Amino acid sequence: MTETSAGPLKRTPLHALHRELGARLVPFAGYEMPVQYPTGILAEHTQTRTAAGLFDVSHMGQVRLTAKPGQSAAKAVETLVPGDISGLQPGQQRYTQLTNETGGILDDLMVTSTGDHLLAVLNAACKDTDLAHIQKHLSATCEIEPMFSRGLMALQGPQAAQALTRLAPSVATMKFMTGTYVTIDGVQCYVTRSGYTGGDGYEISTPAEATEAIARKLLAQPEVKPIGLGARDSLRLEAGLCLYGHDIDTTTTPIEAVLLWSIGKERRVQGGFPGAAVIQKQIAEGAPRKRVGLLPEGKAIAREGAEIAIGGKIVGKVTSGGFSPTLGRAVAMGYVERAQSANGTKVELVVRGKPVPAEISPMPFVKHAYYRG
Amino acid sequence: MSTKYTNEHEWIRIEGDVGTIGITSYAQEQLGDVVFVEVPAVGRKVAKGESVAVVESVKAASDIYAPITGEVVESNAALADSPGDVNAEPTGKGWFFKIKFSNKAELDGLMDDAAYDAFVKSLG
Repeated sequence: MTETSAGPLKRTPLHALHRELGARLVPFAGYEMPVQYPTGILAEHTQTRTAAGLFDVSHMGQVRLTAKPGQSAAKAVETLVPGDISGLQPGQQRYTQLTNETGGILDDLMVTSTGDHLLAVLNAACKDTDLAHIQKHLSATCEIEPMFSRGLMALQGPQAAQALTRLAPSVATMKFMTGTYVTIDGVQCYVTRSGYTGGDGYEISTPAEATEAIARKLLAQPEVKPIGLGARDSLRLEAGLCLYGHDIDTTTTPIEAVLLWSIGKERRVQGGFPGAAVIQKQIAEGAPRKRVGLLPEGKAIAREGAEIAIGGKIVGKVTSGGFSPTLGRAVAMGYVERAQSANGTKVELVVRGKPVPAEISPMPFVKHAYYRG
Repeated sequence: MSTKYTNEHEWIRIEGDVGTIGITSYAQEQLGDVVFVEVPAVGRKVAKGESVAVVESVKAASDIYAPITGEVVESNAALADSPGDVNAEPTGKGWFFKIKFSNKAELDGLMDDAAYDAFVKSLG
């Protein structure tokens, strides 16, 4: 987690509630955000894996894109991302990336079609530059409406569905990566069945002024406890999910990051997004390096920046590493040369100058538990 | 027996010519849940200010420095299996290692209980 902006920190609509709940607040992407509550990261992690956790992700950037007359918002967005956006049915959501001319990743994002417009959710640290990029390229074809003051909460975990269903019965049958308008506490919200923990759950977009009341309703459910950014990071790491600015950035392509699954089949052939030539070449010939999972032996934790070596020769670097509370052991991910990237390959991770034996292993480390109906 | 404190939030409890070292309650609270501790090997000669142990929370790794020059005479091996002792009993079961020292004068610059309490309060 990094602090990226100077100046006074921004606050989300839940700032006062975080204070009231005893959160430890830290600077994150220009916002003052809860890293943990008094129970601590391990308990919050377990709460989310076994019951349900409520995360404030209002710092992320929500943007609405509506086609101008005679235009297609999906076709327009496809000029900036490799994902199949035109193929989104109303109520469908997709994960994709904003790419640059060299095939690097400017940001990763979720895009949902409501039928008459698209909703994008951008990373907090990138949202201002993303918005400028989108405005520069899509202003002629789309109305672009940043909704940065809206609330966004993630309710995650195996009991998220039963908790939210009590407040909004229609969410029970929603499937993973779909979205719909739902009334909660008398207020219209946009709910998607998605998240970034690898588990079942929802993201709930709320009008700023209604966010705290809805958060309190959710926290009043017996299954739900508040969860900070610390556990959000350990949950996504166990789930093998990339954190922008760490596991993916402008120097990594979606192919190197093993995100080929997120690129539409037709788009792989047709291109038409920034960096398509580089990405298509890597699809055909293989990328020079690959993001892999790493399981260190013993208890030492290899963190971001640790070198990955084979027989003393450096073959890559750890981009995320930490303790997996679910597995009770250290896990990591990083990039290695493609020739060395097979599962089962023995490597060493250099932790405080000492080589720690590790093995390249499949991700996710903890099985995904998405609700697919 | 007396206890002294460093600016890095380590405590050292002096009994004769041996000091037991750990981290303070304030330090463990700042770190959050401790998930790994690396303690030094017995017999290792350490210099005051040298990094000799590592404590890792879910979030980050932090170095533990020797508050005095000497030889490590005992390490808390139990922390390998129960690193949470550092959170639960930072000044008890959560101790890190013991140093046999020869120059007690090196401790002169360290804080006593009252000075450390005031130091922590000054941090807000």
